[in-house]
Amino acid sequence: MKDNDVSLSRRSLLKGATAAAFMISAGAIINPMEAWGLEVKALKPETMQTLIQMARDIYPHDSVADRFYAIALKEYDTKSASDAALKSQVEDGVAKLDELATAKHGTRYVDVGWESQRVAILREIEKDPFFQKVRGGLVVSLYNQKEVWPLFGYEGESAIHGGYVNRGFDDIDWL
Amino acid sequence: MSAKFELNDDSVVVIVGSGAGGGTLGTELALKGIKTVILEAGARHEIEDFVNDEWDSFAQLAWTDMRTTSGSWRVARDFANLPAWIVKAVGGSTTHWAGASLRFQEHEFRTRSVYGDIKGASLLDWPITLKELEPYYEKAEFRMGVTRTNGIAGLPGNNNYKVFEKGAKAIGYQDVSTGRMAINSAERDGRSACQQAGFCFQGCKFGAKWSTLYAEIPKGEATGNLEVRPNAHVLRIEHDASGKVSGVVYADKDGNQHRQKARIVAVAGNSIESPRLLLNSASSKYTDGLANSSGQVGRNYMRHMTGSVYAVFDRPVRMWRGTTMAGIVRDEADHRPDRGFVGGYELETLSLGLPFMAAFLDPGSWGREFTTALDSYENMAGLWIVGEDMPQESNRITLSSEKDRFGMPVANVHFDDHPNDIAMRNHAYRQGSAMYEAVGATRTFPTTPYPSTHNLGTNRMSENPRDGVVNKWGQSHDIPNLFISDGSQFTTGGAENPTLTIVALAIRQAEYIAGQMSQKAI
Repeated sequence: MKDNDVSLSRRSLLKGATAAAFMISAGAIINPMEAWGLEVKALKPETMQTLIQMARDIYPHDSVADRFYAIALKEYDTKSASDAALKSQVEDGVAKLDELATAKHGTRYVDVGWESQRVAILREIEKDPFFQKVRGGLVVSLYNQKEVWPLFGYEGESAIHGGYVNRGFDDIDWL
Repeated sequence: MSAKFELNDDSVVVIVGSGAGGGTLGTELALKGIKTVILEAGARHEIEDFVNDEWDSFAQLAWTDMRTTSGSWRVARDFANLPAWIVKAVGGSTTHWAGASLRFQEHEFRTRSVYGDIKGASLLDWPITLKELEPYYEKAEFRMGVTRTNGIAGLPGNNNYKVFEKGAKAIGYQDVSTGRMAINSAERDGRSACQQAGFCFQGCKFGAKWSTLYAEIPKGEATGNLEVRPNAHVLRIEHDASGKVSGVVYADKDGNQHRQKARIVAVAGNSIESPRLLLNSASSKYTDGLANSSGQVGRNYMRHMTGSVYAVFDRPVRMWRGTTMAGIVRDEADHRPDRGFVGGYELETLSLGLPFMAAFLDPGSWGREFTTALDSYENMAGLWIVGEDMPQESNRITLSSEKDRFGMPVANVHFDDHPNDIAMRNHAYRQGSAMYEAVGATRTFPTTPYPSTHNLGTNRMSENPRDGVVNKWGQSHDIPNLFISDGSQFTTGGAENPTLTIVALAIRQAEYIAGQMSQKAI
């Protein structure tokens, strides 16, 4: 990054600090705390930012970093490049979330302070096809990430390690 | 050496499906010197192809062709096009099954007599008794290598089992063990001992679990009398002017259609596809479908009364390690109507990996009530409930208005719970939760039934041709050279996992078919 960009980023950070601690910068969303950025091509970067917050509110896991939610949602951007119907469903869905948030709290969805307040907004739209699509996709794309599994203790494939016959299949010691 | 038969060879027995029923029947006939062709809709994936990954394995093995659903069961809402979690591959659902191998109880062959007239239920006594089936149960247990039979040791208990066993004993259960499992506790029949890998549902990477894919079919093929044709999806069964079946039409993997002639046709495509095939084979002679003069084809669909209980503890369990179904409580399996329902149920340990736990713990649920459960995944134990459900005429496989890629109507699966099913499930939820609470569970989850794995009853056996589709040999009442060889021939479901009974019936049916052929009766 050039110095210029950094200062721009700092300004954005100060100005736009949100619940999810994201910055929006020229076609990308950046998470300085986790040191990653996601280039957004088809959707508005703000839309992806809102989707990530929405995903976290749908399946909140405090020990799962934002980047896993971003990875789980990335396909909405890649698919929107060639799928106009999907793109408008997502943009419209997020716009509606922001409308509801503005009406209730006077801010965008991502800037609503408490999870319970954001969840109350989601409950209003949980029957909508947009919500159902995001939730139904996420339940696979979030929990099917091999990098996420260790955060839940899940060990994944075992046959390549010879199973658990010599690796603790019966090692429970507290019963 | 696998045989290769001509399409116009009308001396062969054609079997539709290669699972517990079809794979066993085909192998058994081949061993008796009878030329047999198994047509399997799915591909042939061998042990080395199996993957220890729930979604990848699902994509590889599961039957995901379009189906529709109706009725008040929750599966119709959460998984509208996936009524059943079964397999489309050589070996059928014996690649996916967990291995529990329990015999039916004596009274479960005569439930109409024992339970009486239950309102809304179409109970019927089987035309066979436990005594008649016992010799075939013995044969099935021997060839499948069922633990705790034939001097075969039980499997060791894993972490999930240890929690389950301690809880069961704490609330007074006595019949609790690592069960009778068709999983090798030691090397046997050229197959490895269980390596406690988990992933029993995804195809056993060690071949320790019995499956027709590697434990039966290769033995049949070695005789030179058996050909298994994968990617051969049977669309309809044809008959001659006399009304006897004469062959089948199937589509290959490129969609090209072929006609395989046959002396005998045995249908073993699972309780959803088997009636669908009979209904899709309607002709000017059989306008309501084959073998359907009773109107019973597709009716009395049973899926077992199921459900799960998961529980969270304050310390790790790691239930996914080791055998998926690692133990069984049988104390509730008998018929004691004072509990508020007829019939009984088994409690069997079960675990799902994190991806499937997320999908199946409470489908559609979201928010912290749901995610805090998954946060405790490592500290979770789990069990599955499997009990006898009531047959109902209106629970039924019918032809949907939707068509498959060959233009054939797909199956619609309609299901409503019977009040007896609900009473039994609630009892089992309470008992399962009590077991875990007795050993310190901090939270329990009475989990809704998954898409069906035990699909039964849709071509049921009956003494009287008016009451069912097949006779005591699985031979259709209407057409003597048409047989049903899967769980759809079950008159009622019992409380036991059905595979052992399907295998026992297939061994018995092979004997009957061979006898009838040598007598030139069919």
